[in-house]
Amino acid sequence: MPVGAASWSFTEDDFGAITKSLERFLFDSNARCALLVDRAGQLVATVGEKPKFDPTAFATLTAADFSANDQLAKLIGENDFNSLFHQGEKESMYLADIARRVILVVLFDNRTTLGLVRLKMKQTVDELSKLFEAVFKRAAGAGAPPNILAGADDEIDKLFQ
Amino acid sequence: MSMINYASREINCKIVYYGPGLGGKTTNLEHVYGKVSPDTRGKLISLATETERTLFFDFLPVDLGTIRGFKTRFHLYTVPGQVYYNASRKLILKGVDGIVFVADSQIERMEANQEAMQNLYDNMSEYGYDLTRMPFVIQYNKRDLPNAAPIRDLQAALNPGWEVGDPSRMRNAPDPYHQGEQLVEQLTSGEWVERAPYFDAVAVNGDGVFDTLKAVSKLVLKSLA
Ligand SMILES: Nc1nc2c(ncn2[C@@H]2O[C@H](COP(=O)(O)OP(=O)(O)OP(=O)(O)O)[C@@H](O)[C@H]2O)c(=O)[nH]1
Ligand SMILES: [Mg+2]
Repeated sequence: MPVGAASWSFTEDDFGAITKSLERFLFDSNARCALLVDRAGQLVATVGEKPKFDPTAFATLTAADFSANDQLAKLIGENDFNSLFHQGEKESMYLADIARRVILVVLFDNRTTLGLVRLKMKQTVDELSKLFEAVFKRAAGAGAPPNILAGADDEIDKLFQ
Repeated sequence: MSMINYASREINCKIVYYGPGLGGKTTNLEHVYGKVSPDTRGKLISLATETERTLFFDFLPVDLGTIRGFKTRFHLYTVPGQVYYNASRKLILKGVDGIVFVADSQIERMEANQEAMQNLYDNMSEYGYDLTRMPFVIQYNKRDLPNAAPIRDLQAALNPGWEVGDPSRMRNAPDPYHQGEQLVEQLTSGEWVERAPYFDAVAVNGDGVFDTLKAVSKLVLKSLA
C-alpha cells in the first residue's frame, strides 16, 4: 500500500507546452481565460486575461466542485461527468477533466458561444491529456526531475526553528 | 499530493485538519489567518452553514518560507466534523500530504473523538493511504476547560501506538516535543510501537496552534526529502 498521495512535479518545458496549447485554444475559441487545476485543488497554470479574482481560492473551489459532482455522478449510476457547465448572465465557465488528474476551467463571456468553446476544447483536452499522462508516468518512474528536497533535512529543521 | 512547480519555483502541499464536530478545527485556521502577515497567506474560504458549522471545508493557503529557492506553500483544509457529512469529509482527504487530528479534550467528547479517529482511518484506507506511515500529528484542544480529560487518558484512547513492522525502525525515538517521552518504543510485551506527535492546545487563544502546524509541515517536507 502506498504511504499516501504520490507527489508530482512539472518542469518549465511542460509548462511551456501547456501554455502554448492553451493560448491556441483561447485564440480559436475567443474565450477569456483558461486555468488548470489539479484534483487536489492546486493551481497549475493560468493563461489569457489575468483573472480579477483570487486564483488560489478559485482553484480550491473548482476541485471541490468537480469532486462533489463526481460523487453525484456515481450516485445516479454514471462513472463521472467529464465536463461541467456553469452559466451566468454575462460570464460562464466550462470545466473539463484531463486524464483524471487535472481540471481545465475556461471562462468566457458573450463574445463567444458555448458551442464554439466546446468544439475547440476537444482538441485541447486531447493534447493536454497526452501531456499530463506523460508527466504523471514520469513522476512514477525514472526521468523525473531531480528531487530538489533530497538531503535538505538540515534546511527543513532550520526553517521551523 | 504534493506538487513541485519548477516554472514558478513552488512546492505545494495539502494539510487536512480532521476531528469531531465542534472540536476546534475551524478555530485553528482562523487563528493562523489572523496571525500570519497578509503577504504570506491568501484568503480564508469557509463553506459553512448559517450557524457556522463547517458544511464542506475551510481553506487557507500559507507560505512557510523558502527552501533551496523554492517557496513552500501549504494548503490548509478543515473537514466538517459532524457525522452525517462523511461524503464531503472524504472528498477533502483526496491528495492529502499531512493530517492534524484535532481532538476535543472534554471527557464527554471521548467517544466522539474515537469515532472520528476510526472514521479517519477508514476514509484514508479507502483511498489506499496508510495513516500510520504518513505525516500525522494529534492536537488535544480545549485544554482550558475544567472538564478536560487528563492527557494520559486521551493518549491511551486516541494515540495508543501502532505496531512497528519494519525492523530498521525498531529503536527508541525520543519525542522532541515532550522530554522523557518516546515516539517509538518497545513495550514490556516486547512489541515495538510508534505514536503520533501530540500537542496541547487552546485554539481560541491560539495556544499550541502554530506548534501543531509547524510540526506537521516539517514532517510533510521531510517526507519529500
Ligand atoms: N473553551 C474553548 N473553546 C474552544 C476552543 N477551540 C475552539 N473552541 C470553541 O468551540 C466551538 C467550535 O469550534 P470550531 O472551530 O467551529 O469547531 P470545528 O471543529 O470546526 O467544528 P465543525 O465545523 O462542526 O467540524 C467554537 O465555539 C469555538 O470558539 C478552545 O480551545 N477552548
Ligand atoms: Mg469547522
